[in-house]
Amino acid sequence: MNQLLSFVRKEFLHVLRDRKTLLILFGLPIVQILLFGFALTNEVRNANIAIIDDAHDVASRKIIGMVSASGSFRVREVQGGHASIEELFRNSGVKLIVLFPANFNNDLMHTQHARVQIIADASDPNTASTLTTYVSAIIADYQKSTVQSTALPFAINTQVRMLYNPQLKGAPNFVPGVMALVLMLVCVMMTSIAIVREKELGTMEILLVSPFRPILVIVAKVVPYLLLSLVNVATILVLSTYVLDLPVQGSVLLLFGVSTIFILTSLALGLLISTITNSQQSAMLFSMMGMLLPTIMFSGFMFPIENMPIPLQVISNVVPARWYYTIVKAVMIKGLGITSIWRELLVLVGMTVVLVVISVRKFKVRLA
Amino acid sequence: MRTILFLLRKEFRQIFRNVTILRLILILPVMQLVILPNAANFEVKNITVCIVDHDHSVGSQRLVTSITASGYFKLAHVTPSYHDAMALIEADKADLILEIPQGFDRALIRDNKQTLFIAVNAINGVKANLGAAYLNTIITQYNAQLRSQWIQPARFGPVSRIEIAALNKYNPYLSYKVYMVPGILAFLVTMVAAYLSALNIVKEKESGTIEQINVTPIRKYQFILGKMIPFWVLGLVVFTIGMLVMRLVYGIVPEGSVLLLYSFAVVYIFSVLGMGLLVSTYAETQQQAMFVAFFFIMIFIMMGGLFTSTDSMPAWAQMITRFNPVRYFIEVMRMVVIRGSTFDDIKYHFLTVFGMGIFLNGWAVLNYRKTS
Repeated sequence: MNQLLSFVRKEFLHVLRDRKTLLILFGLPIVQILLFGFALTNEVRNANIAIIDDAHDVASRKIIGMVSASGSFRVREVQGGHASIEELFRNSGVKLIVLFPANFNNDLMHTQHARVQIIADASDPNTASTLTTYVSAIIADYQKSTVQSTALPFAINTQVRMLYNPQLKGAPNFVPGVMALVLMLVCVMMTSIAIVREKELGTMEILLVSPFRPILVIVAKVVPYLLLSLVNVATILVLSTYVLDLPVQGSVLLLFGVSTIFILTSLALGLLISTITNSQQSAMLFSMMGMLLPTIMFSGFMFPIENMPIPLQVISNVVPARWYYTIVKAVMIKGLGITSIWRELLVLVGMTVVLVVISVRKFKVRLA
Repeated sequence: MRTILFLLRKEFRQIFRNVTILRLILILPVMQLVILPNAANFEVKNITVCIVDHDHSVGSQRLVTSITASGYFKLAHVTPSYHDAMALIEADKADLILEIPQGFDRALIRDNKQTLFIAVNAINGVKANLGAAYLNTIITQYNAQLRSQWIQPARFGPVSRIEIAALNKYNPYLSYKVYMVPGILAFLVTMVAAYLSALNIVKEKESGTIEQINVTPIRKYQFILGKMIPFWVLGLVVFTIGMLVMRLVYGIVPEGSVLLLYSFAVVYIFSVLGMGLLVSTYAETQQQAMFVAFFFIMIFIMMGGLFTSTDSMPAWAQMITRFNPVRYFIEVMRMVVIRGSTFDDIKYHFLTVFGMGIFLNGWAVLNYRKTS
């Protein structure tokens, strides 16, 4: 026990003495939670919309007024000529063009039928379909307002309530996601690199020939990182409560407990990577280049998992961040207790055990 | 010139001798490019709805049928109480609750109006908004259908109709792959270039071999060039493989000029390498270099418009994205591949990235000291 403590102390000194790394390790979650908590959103805002109004009549002016007043876009009117459409998309960052043909109001009043054309820059399908939906809804509103004078009978109304996030902000979705991403990658990188580094520098050899049991060498290495990551969890939660206005709805204690398990899973993954690589470079390529994008994409905070093809949905199950993200959403945003998250928790525990067993098996006491 | 050639020989030999790294550099990006774009789909579909039917009338049944028949919604359950439905929302088994009040059908005729309650899980605001909007549309349609059945059509005057003709330019089938593949490729090339260059000089520092170079008459710029050119070549190799994957696996043929893409890639990799080398000259250990590189890569990917549009960010965040080289490469890739933009459309991108490259590389050369 005493031996273990002195080893833990050695590792702590290693970590604490490297000021630059320490600065990054603590600074990284702070900067990223703040930056991403405020900046990231799936919503389509401030998009440039161009309107070509060949009609210049009451109806078209009214609709243009409604589109401008909605506040979701930057609206700009341009003079017609179809040749300029290509130009608009290419040079001026316009995402959508609304075209009113000549005699728009006239057609509407006399033939009861008028046409509006909407052309979207669909290179980004999300923006294109969202903007088309918005603008169509505004036109439909206008149409409704023209017939509203005669109240319709048998009206079914709806009352919509937005649960958990009434202002539809981006943060409730992204904060748990960024939390999972940062914790996971930092832990995996730290452990894998710290162990491989000792191999590379040759000091691992010295540790392994000491009477100290190899498994405890590993345990001692992991302890400082566990504590450091818990400090990071605390920082993230404080920032999200006081700066992002996103308090923990459920039990903070539970959240910490779950985070500890997730951190252990990530540390175990780092351990596994360290046993199969023998240079810091390849450890890093594995843990950063190999894991950054898959973690972002398969944890479900960017792209809904249920939209993916089945084989990829299966793959997403082995990404620990996916389970942690679900748990954090449940505890932090929805305020649920352990009864609703025990399955996810069990998966994380299972993963940790499997990872540790494999790494211990693979761990070589003799370095070839 | 001869000196640089010798340095290049040394660097290339080092790269080719380390087969593990070489394999990782070539395989990891290709694997990700083949798999990941399939997972990227923002389209809001598969919304699961849970219906709380207190009415159990013919009318409520028909409403439920028209919702499930619309194709947008999957019916999770019909539960007897709101409480049960809420449990489904909590367990992520349902996205949306529709509550039909008791006596809905009869009261609609009696009072001439009725209200339905919708509750949406709004953690993902966009999905919530669209889900509610779709459901509202379906209810409105159902409503109109009812009216036309219950009322003599003659009581209505002809209603004027505005027809909306929507056209999706450049990507008529709204395919996400067309959008994501060029972006992900841009990012993978960035990662390869940034990580390798960030680790390189510092690796020589850590193993002490840099001393040997420092005592030779090799000039600083020669040393940096010797470090840079091999990674430049590697970056372009990865880019080329990626372009092939894009062509062969996804069948995406760039609308614009491939030559233009390559010339931009050359300039871009130059500036990313400058950044990596700069990190490398500052760091003392590989570990430090890695964490610094990781820090920037994380910010670059999130603020680069790969997944969420930079236009939607608040003004101060958009300012930050202007200093993000990845943003420019992703934009150029998408513009040239999807829209067929020409040099004239992207000259601003060219200039900015080239400027960044000069600045970063210049700084790296200045900061590299032969004396410690």
